[in-house]
Amino acid sequence: MKYSWLEVFKAGLSGQKQWPAAWPEVSPKAAYDVIIVGGGGHGLATAYYLARDFPGTRVAVLEKGWIGGGNTGRNTTIVRSNYLWDEATNLYEHSMKLWEGLSNDLNFNVMFSQRGVYNLGHTLQDMRDIERRVNANMLNGVDAEIVSVAELKERIPILETGKHVRYPVMGASCQPRGGVARHDAVAWGFARAAAKQGVDIIQNCEVQAMDIEGGRMKGLQTSRGYIKADRVGCVTAGHSSVLAGMAGFRLPVTSHPLQAFVSEPMKPVLHTVVMSNAVHGYVSQSDKGDLVIGAGLDPYSGYSQRGSPHIIDHCASAIIELFPIFSRVRLNRQWGGIVDVCPDACPIISPIPQVQGLYFNCGWGTGGFKATPGSGNVFAHTIGQDKPHPLAAPFHINRFVTGALIDEHGAAAVAH
Amino acid sequence: MFLIHCPYCGELRDEQEYRCAGEAFIQRPGLDCTDEQWGDYVFNRTNPKGRVVEQWAHSAGCRKLFVVERNNVTNEIYAVRTFESYKEQA
Repeated sequence: MKYSWLEVFKAGLSGQKQWPAAWPEVSPKAAYDVIIVGGGGHGLATAYYLARDFPGTRVAVLEKGWIGGGNTGRNTTIVRSNYLWDEATNLYEHSMKLWEGLSNDLNFNVMFSQRGVYNLGHTLQDMRDIERRVNANMLNGVDAEIVSVAELKERIPILETGKHVRYPVMGASCQPRGGVARHDAVAWGFARAAAKQGVDIIQNCEVQAMDIEGGRMKGLQTSRGYIKADRVGCVTAGHSSVLAGMAGFRLPVTSHPLQAFVSEPMKPVLHTVVMSNAVHGYVSQSDKGDLVIGAGLDPYSGYSQRGSPHIIDHCASAIIELFPIFSRVRLNRQWGGIVDVCPDACPIISPIPQVQGLYFNCGWGTGGFKATPGSGNVFAHTIGQDKPHPLAAPFHINRFVTGALIDEHGAAAVAH
Repeated sequence: MFLIHCPYCGELRDEQEYRCAGEAFIQRPGLDCTDEQWGDYVFNRTNPKGRVVEQWAHSAGCRKLFVVERNNVTNEIYAVRTFESYKEQA
């Protein structure tokens, strides 16, 4: 069914109770051409673009829990593409362009709202970095501007711009096309659109072992039986090292808990996204009205999906210093996701040299959500053509042998 | 949040006093190693789920480095040991 206002109207006549399931519940078949491991946004996007751009390919997505139950449903939904280096900017801008048409592409409202993203500077060095990044963005055709304190006060009146605080705001960069999207809708939209192209979406199916013979991928042993496939793409974020372990190699990533929290819903008070690397916090207000606040990484490795309370404390104090008006807002929920952090703060989108037919898309660290469509798109082409998509080529895993790292700590850091 | 017993100070202290310094016992290859071996040494990590053997520094205390064996899912700490104790064991 194609979703449209007419369908909403028709379903309204029977109390909105006649909607069919968005995608069918299926059992795994004996064999596929490509299996995507991980039913988060990136995995589902990969499956969608594979099925769309390589017709005839039999694709399955295996998810050990439920669709979008991992980091896709745990992030702070910020979308931007104002990275420093060409390689990263091109990849994230590719993603941004896909975001701009995504609701139409998927026939599913992902509630992409380009409300602008501000990155605050609190020191002279911050401001120099911001100027450098804004100039780099403009050279790469990405919208960016430097905003003075006076202008900030004008645009975001509730932001504390006084000089009496511990780390006074000195200015900001702004990407007007940046914004937020509804993360669950992204997972559901991609799942529905992929299923429509014939992709089997199999939930509650955990990969337990990889069947690799003579350096070639043969299939996967799962909790729902053996499934044959000679091409497997792993998109499992924080658990990438666990899957790499099954294939007998190691990845240059370390898993960390990353925390976020939301407040009780309120009337509209903040119309944009504000992030600060220096004081470690970022905030936006969802359409439902709750403040969505993201903290920094827990500094130790972990798979606990919880994280330490002092990180929240640190982040909350930063947010309150930036927005004193929020000091009495009560928080509703707090949670952690497990993110796989790469040494250069850039992802790995790559065939695995040790195993023919195995591909990994991981290392997105603290900021994968914004890249969901772009990541899926270039990864699908990397798998479909068995050679890196031109935008994915710089993110080959071999860069950790050659040393050609893409150091995005400046534009990435906490501020995802 | 969890507490770590510092083997040097002999006290159970808050995790915030410590700094995790990554996986322990990573062997540096010889200077005649290949680029692959060097890259593996510098960047690749086992990053296991469950039992990890890590180095932690008591950075806001005695500043000494020691080994913590921890479950990184539950944050249960199995053992805290000095590097010397591993040498004696070997």
